[in-house]
Parts: sequence; C-alpha cells; structure tokens
Amino acid sequence: MSFLSYMINGISLGSVYAIIALGYTMVYGIAKMLNFAHGDVIMVGGYAALMMMMNAGAHPLLAVLVAIVVCTVLGVTIEKIAYRPLRNASSPLAVLITAIGVSYFLQNIVLLIFGSSPKSFQSVVTIPDLKLAGGALMITGETIVTILSCIVIMIALTTFVNKTKAGQAMLAVSEDKGAAQLMGINVNGTIALTFAIGSGLAAIAGVLLCSSYPSLSPYTGSMPGIKAFVAAVFGGIGSIPGAMIGGILLGVIEILGKAYISAQLADAIVFGVLIVVLLVKPTGLLGKQVQEKV
Amino acid sequence: MAMLEIKDLAVYYGMIQAIKGVSFEVNEGEVIALIGANGAGKTTILHTITGLLAPKRGSVLFEGKDITKIPAHKIVSLGMAHVPEGRRVFAQFTVYQNLKMGAYTRSDKNEIEETMQMVYKRFPRLEERKNQIAGTLSGGEQQMLAMGRALMSHPKIILMDEPSMGLSPILVNEIFDIIRSVNESGTTVLLVEQNAKKALAIADRAYVLETGKIVNSGDADVLMNDDSIKKAYLGE
Repeated sequence: MSFLSYMINGISLGSVYAIIALGYTMVYGIAKMLNFAHGDVIMVGGYAALMMMMNAGAHPLLAVLVAIVVCTVLGVTIEKIAYRPLRNASSPLAVLITAIGVSYFLQNIVLLIFGSSPKSFQSVVTIPDLKLAGGALMITGETIVTILSCIVIMIALTTFVNKTKAGQAMLAVSEDKGAAQLMGINVNGTIALTFAIGSGLAAIAGVLLCSSYPSLSPYTGSMPGIKAFVAAVFGGIGSIPGAMIGGILLGVIEILGKAYISAQLADAIVFGVLIVVLLVKPTGLLGKQVQEKV
Repeated sequence: MAMLEIKDLAVYYGMIQAIKGVSFEVNEGEVIALIGANGAGKTTILHTITGLLAPKRGSVLFEGKDITKIPAHKIVSLGMAHVPEGRRVFAQFTVYQNLKMGAYTRSDKNEIEETMQMVYKRFPRLEERKNQIAGTLSGGEQQMLAMGRALMSHPKIILMDEPSMGLSPILVNEIFDIIRSVNESGTTVLLVEQNAKKALAIADRAYVLETGKIVNSGDADVLMNDDSIKKAYLGE
C-alpha cells in the first residue's frame, strides 16, 4: 500500500513538473531558446496568489486567476524587453545569458519586496482528502487537484495546438520562421503567445506546488524550474507529450528514489537518469527525428 | 503603372553590399525572369520584396503602394506569394496541412475549399498524397507542394525562387509547364532562375543580374539570341 501511495505522490509531483516543462518545451520549440527565468515565473505566481489571499482576502480561485494574469503579463513583458531584441543576435548564448540574468533579477526583486524568510502558503485546494482502503491509503485534495489539472491542461493544449489556427501557426513557426512569415503568420505575435501560455501555466504550477509544499521564498521556483527543464529534455525538448511524460516520470523517480533509496540522493538519481537517457537516446524519449528526403 | 516596381534597391549583409542599386518592374500578366549565376543576388532581391530582408536604400512598390516597410507577414494578404528557394515546405505537416497553411490569411472556408480543389486539379499528385507527411515527398513533389501552398493565398503575383533546383530534366519541364499555365490563368509571375534557358523560354521579359547589378535586360526572345548571354548563361 505504501508503494501505491508513493506512486500517487510521484505522479502528483510529476504533474507539477510536467506543467512547468510544457512552458520550457513550447518556448524552446518555437523561439529556439531556453528560458531559464521560467522557474522564477512560477515563484512570482506563488507570491501573486498568496498576496491575493492573505492581503486582499480573495477567494482561492480568484487568487489563482490573478496569478495567471500576473504571470502571463510578466512572461510577455520579459519576452518583449529582454529576449526579442536579441533574437537575431549573432550568438545564441546572448539570449541564454540574458535569461539567467532575468532569473536573478526576478529573484532579487521579490527578495527586495518580500524579504528572504519563507512565507507559509495557504493551500488553494478546498476539497477534502480521499481515504481509501479503510484509511490505509490517503490521497490529499491537493494531489487530486494537481493530477486533474495536469490532465485537463494536457488535453486543452493538445487540442489547441492541433485544432486551432493559432496552434497550427505555432507549429509552423517552430519549424521554419521564414516560411511561416511568407504564409502571413506574425512570428513575433506567435512567440509572444507562446510565452503567454507558458507563463500562465507556470502560475498554475506555482500555486499547485505551493499548495502541496506550503512554503514560499524567492528561490522556490529555481529547483522545480531546473527539474522541469530536465523533464523537458528527458521527454524530448520541443515535444508537448514529451514534456508531460518526462515530467511525470521524473516526479515518480524522485519520490520512489526518496522512499526506497535515499532521501539525500534523490536529486542525484533524477539527474543520473537524465544522463542515462541522453546517452541511450540523445533526442529524449519522444524527441523529434525528422525524416527528410532531399 | 507597373504591378511591381523595384526602385534603386540596395541591400547589405553586414558590411557587404549584396544588391547595388537594382531597379526593375513587372507588369500585370507578365512572366518576368531574373537570371544570373549563383551569388548574383537573385534570392536576396526576392527576400527584400517580401520583407524578409530590409533594404538600406530604395523602395518596393506593389500596385502603386510603397510596401518597403511592411513586415513580411502582411505582404501575402496584399496578393503577393513567395515560393522560397529550397521549397521550405513544413516537413512535419501533411500535404493537406501545408496547403491549409498557405491560406492562413484567408478566412472564408468555402473559398479556401474552392482554391484547394483548383490546386488539386493543377497538381493531381498532391491530392493523391494529401495525407502524406511533406518531409517524405520527393523533391519534385515538394516543389509542387510549395507552389500549391503559394497558390492557396490566391495571389495576384507569385514570386518563384529556383523552382528547377535539384530536379530531373523531366520534372523541370513539368514544373515550367505548370508555371506557364499558372500565368495563363491570370497570375503574374516573377521567376528567379539559374536555368536561364528554361526561364527565358517561358518569360516575356528578363533581367540579367551579375554581382548585385542588372547588366542586361529586354524581351526574353531577344536575350535568348544575344551572343553574350548565350555564352555566359546558355552554354552555347
């Protein structure tokens, strides 16, 4: 029974990684850049929700909505101010370094405003815990909401990308920016939309993460951010289903590693698995291997 | 008034000047060929016309309107389509999805469907393979797809960059027949080609480009018999 409960916890943590990884993978697929500030957007989302609930006494759902709006605006702004001017820079490192800079900038701004001491986060989940097998297996409300959110987001995003014109434009831009422009697709607009979606998802991930692990500091986003990046690479960066699978597997490996091997070594195991996967399959689990006939 | 008018265009890549004051015009209904060797600047000119590159000097006028500063993605809805060098079809999309992408700026579903049928009629092979992933098509099929995709925007003028590149002689003939028939059904064509013989055979007029400058121009049949052209471009 404890194995089952570890699995469920792993899937729940993995769902959070997956939602964050979606932002990484979409931005990479379309703008061909690694947005290392993505993890810190999660943390900003956490603070936005917390402020709404603590200071404004808002309903948790409203707090989540505000966090989504804040992060979406933040993501689009970061893209416009920090990344867009560098899109045609001669070295791809320029935008990567800028992303790291933005990450520290966000951490320090939050540090300046809210201080370094962790704040205890009030869960946004109001549904009760689920007790199964006569109380031997308990699934928290947070876990249920997290897993359900992940499923809903996955279905919504897949439908959006495959069935809508804006989604198809995203795929076209990710494949060939120039050709996409010739079709009449606004590349800047499409990239901004990608950042908006990724950052909105980061807000949801932030709120879910802080609801399950209720402590929030300016550095809360950095480790989950890195792990979600690993998840995205694990699943095959650029691939949306890959991010989901990579995220969930990573969460499960982390929790099982903590439970059965060593709590201290859990992170090392996670990164070790990544190294093995990349050695065996360098494009990641679902990495794109385009067949092109010339 | 010319449909497309290029005035004193100068384009740089960094410090290097690729186009050195080029002017030419395309009238409605014509097939104009822009011929020249590799590196003469043909592709650069097309990219500048459709806004993928910004010129340092000069202007591009389309139907009398200055479009020099209009961003690339707004050009296609003005009625100008560009078939880029190397086809650049969306390799992971199906043939059908590629064609749909070509109609990205159009919204009337019935009209899009009508154009789709017209494209299928012109390229029966695309209809046979409509569910195939574009990256797995042969070079000739990809060229047809790139042309079909451009036609999906229902353009007034179509810019074609090296449609014959990498194709077998039989396919080259087929592609040029299609270009001619596209023109006969009312679309103006600006054709960039290294295959000068083929290009001159279907063009009304032509411009000869050498290292960023126009060095010769005139009626295609006159140029075809011009000794210097024969020697330099027709291999005679």
